[in-house]
Amino acid sequence: MGYIIEGRTGPWEIVCGLEVHAQVISKSKLFSGAATSFGAAPNTQVSFVDAAFPGMLPVPNRECIAQAIRTGLGLKAQINLWSRFDRKNYFYADLPAGYQISQYQHPIVGRGEITVELADGTRRNIGITRLHLEQDAGKSLHDQHPTKSYIDLNRAGVALMEIVSEPDIRSPEEAGAYLTKLRQILRYLGTCDGNMEEGSLRADVNISVRRPGEGYRTRCEVKNVNSIRFVMQAVEAEARRQVEVWESGGEVVQETRLFDPARGVTRPMRTKEHAHDYRYFPDPDLLPLELDPEWVEELRRTLPELPDAKAERFQRDYQLSAYDARVLVAERATADYFEAVARGRDAKLAANWVMGELFAALNRTGRTIETSPVSADALGRLLDLIADETISGRIAKQVFEEMVETGADPAAIVDAKGLRQVKDTGAIEAAVAQVLAANAEKVAEYKAGKDKLFGFFVGQVMKAMGGKGNPALVNEVLKRALG
Amino acid sequence: MSKPTDLTIAEARDLLSRRALSARELTEAHLSAAERLSSLNAFITLTAERALRDAARSDERLARGEARPLEGIPLGIKDLFCTEGIRTTAASRILDGFTPPYESTVTRKLWEAGAVCLGKTNLDEFAMGSSNTTSAFGHVVNPWRRRGDNRDLVPGGSSGGSAAAVAARLCLGATATDTGGSIRQPAAFTGTVGIKPTYGRCSRWGIIAFASSLDQAGPIARTVRDAAILLRAMSGFDPKDSTSADVPVPDFEAAVGRGVQGLKIGVPKEYRLSGMSAAIISLWERGAAWLREAGAEIREISLPHTKYALPCYYIIAPAEASSNLARYDGVRFGLRVDPGGDLDDLYAATRAAGFGAEVRRRILIGTYVLSAGYYDAYYLKAQKVRALIARDFDRAWAEVDAILTPATPTSAFAIGEKQDDPVTMYLNDVFTVTANLAGLPGISVPAGLDEGGLPLGLQVIGRPFDEETVFAVAGAIERAAGFDALPAVRA
Repeated sequence: MGYIIEGRTGPWEIVCGLEVHAQVISKSKLFSGAATSFGAAPNTQVSFVDAAFPGMLPVPNRECIAQAIRTGLGLKAQINLWSRFDRKNYFYADLPAGYQISQYQHPIVGRGEITVELADGTRRNIGITRLHLEQDAGKSLHDQHPTKSYIDLNRAGVALMEIVSEPDIRSPEEAGAYLTKLRQILRYLGTCDGNMEEGSLRADVNISVRRPGEGYRTRCEVKNVNSIRFVMQAVEAEARRQVEVWESGGEVVQETRLFDPARGVTRPMRTKEHAHDYRYFPDPDLLPLELDPEWVEELRRTLPELPDAKAERFQRDYQLSAYDARVLVAERATADYFEAVARGRDAKLAANWVMGELFAALNRTGRTIETSPVSADALGRLLDLIADETISGRIAKQVFEEMVETGADPAAIVDAKGLRQVKDTGAIEAAVAQVLAANAEKVAEYKAGKDKLFGFFVGQVMKAMGGKGNPALVNEVLKRALG
Repeated sequence: MSKPTDLTIAEARDLLSRRALSARELTEAHLSAAERLSSLNAFITLTAERALRDAARSDERLARGEARPLEGIPLGIKDLFCTEGIRTTAASRILDGFTPPYESTVTRKLWEAGAVCLGKTNLDEFAMGSSNTTSAFGHVVNPWRRRGDNRDLVPGGSSGGSAAAVAARLCLGATATDTGGSIRQPAAFTGTVGIKPTYGRCSRWGIIAFASSLDQAGPIARTVRDAAILLRAMSGFDPKDSTSADVPVPDFEAAVGRGVQGLKIGVPKEYRLSGMSAAIISLWERGAAWLREAGAEIREISLPHTKYALPCYYIIAPAEASSNLARYDGVRFGLRVDPGGDLDDLYAATRAAGFGAEVRRRILIGTYVLSAGYYDAYYLKAQKVRALIARDFDRAWAEVDAILTPATPTSAFAIGEKQDDPVTMYLNDVFTVTANLAGLPGISVPAGLDEGGLPLGLQVIGRPFDEETVFAVAGAIERAAGFDALPAVRA
């Protein structure tokens, strides 16, 4: 049962937990009014507080606190009405104050959980230990000058949520599923954009291995893994390395490692000359954070619908399969798009179009759902044309391609190109007669019992009619003519 | 009319508004006094041009009848308050060349109330000291002399420059800060009045931090009324300081003459230290007697955890300081000494050259008490003791309205005395640190002279945000004491 690494000496189980740093979406930093947008010119988004000038004081940004609470609620976690900011002291050039304001002992969010779905359809609950708020550091640029480092403080003081999982993860797949689900929840909540390339979501992966049924063995931390795929690879690589160490009679030493994606291995981080003693203590510039329970309730009431609930509702209200529902809720924008198309229409048809034609078109054009060349409204109108039998499903695909190309209205395309479905029995009968006449041998074969040829005739008639024949009528007329 | 430099703020305010004296005259008199008595080393920076500009503006407003509460009043500003466009040093080399691009909230309020900025007063480096001998800009000399003794005396610290400047009449009043007694002890040593208000009363924004949970701004002046006038202008909620209190600021001046009829005043038995001088003990007793005669009821009270206050303070304050001072690293502002090695070398060289011995000692103590393995035994224990000290006071407030103690265990000592053992120096704060640890308002009022003719102060401690009672009791002591002795050196 479960994911097992078969070693030379027997089976091994993976024990893994993730510490995720998620940059909070907010206009300004955790304790200052400076802006937080990504990619600004160096040192242009720095207040005197961020640069730790003498006499400057931090003031908590209410929106960052609200974002942490929303995230906690989204993780079904306990919201601590009393929490505290501590200082984590260490010297580094991109840490202006010489300490990071964090929440060490009393985090704002306590225990919660995330339900992950695995490829085989099984579900697992991964525990959340805690979520706390802290400041990001600045950035050191070591490649700008032969002997000096340059410092960019734009990021210094930006709010991060550190989200720590329980060591509940048992396979690379689960690690990936956890991170995917966490990112999905954060994006739904609008509390973190989840962009791992820009570093707004970063993962530290704690891994150990053990014999099934054993207690925990020594773990290693793989720092700063910056994609979901790499997290899965890092879990696998590090677990295999540890198995090898144990099996060759060695001992895993607790250390911090880095994942090298090019070689697919982890290696120890350059050990610092001095072991850090962070000398945590309560930040005397800040009062304990006491939350008004009514405010927390208000945030709970205004929380958006989260992916699990949405997927359930899609299954219930739109009679979608579990798979379709999960695909459609993966991104909030996709789910919203789907709902806009599906509302008042054939939901199954809407789902097929979104997951089929639309996704293919987005892939092909390199667009996202947000920048889709076909709006939900336009796609809806196209489906209306199918529903009222103005066009057939096949013609609709042709119209859709035109919509992707030109952005034109579906009805206008149908009119301009004369794609309106032919429901005139006379015209269909003429086409049928023409097809049957041109394929006398096939007609004879059909009549001799080769029923399968019916489809061939349908195709030929449709072809003759430029695809515009009403499929039901074509069938009916053909049956009659052949019968 | 007395010399402009001998005026109280209340008197000067009156003369200015009657146009019997101009702000320019008043400012010039103080500037020339400050220049003449520069040997006291009370100022690190004199801002004569700025002062005259401020004064001219005040005269215009006075002429238009638009005087603000401190219109034209020349003040000294402890050089721990950041002042926009004016070099700010914290009396440390580490801030070499630092001119803040911002104005501290307290000084901004003073300028908005019409005060004139004479300059930045000397202090112990980063406000760490009780003698004003740790300043990188040299020690400050107390304008008082011991009878029959020509030695220079310390003005107390850390606000020694502010206290000396007020006592020697180089300014009408001054700002100061108090972390463990840095307003009240120098006030006591210089025969001036100094109040540390309730923690949270004045914004700490723009004040260079020493120990954030203890630091409070307050004024030093020559009368209780003047201190009340200044404190009102300095006080008030500031959204930029999360620890500042959103409470109304009463008219402190109105409370000064209120009297003590019916008040219960506590005299804590634990403040009677063995080896305390007879002069101090008798002054304390006299103070109690004055208040009794003025209609107060005197009660002996107990503050049982008092003896732990000083060690508790000397753990918490250095712990916070060790972290607060980490930002002075040579990277962004102030001094940088680059020995050409790696980043750690830059830090070490800059901080070794920039910080004086006392600051280094406190950073080391603070780093030690926060270290893994020592945190529980020192810092955490000290926090628990701090809570007990605060509880002592909470219980006392059930019995009394204010507490009377000596301000200091001795009068001013000579420069160089008590310098060999830092612990002896730390004992100066024994009566004052409790108010910081409990966040309470405390005032020092000059109440008499010792056998050497040096001023001694009495301290009145009050309930949180009840500075009015503190001023009322201090006013009563001031009236009864009739303290009119003058320092040997003055304008």
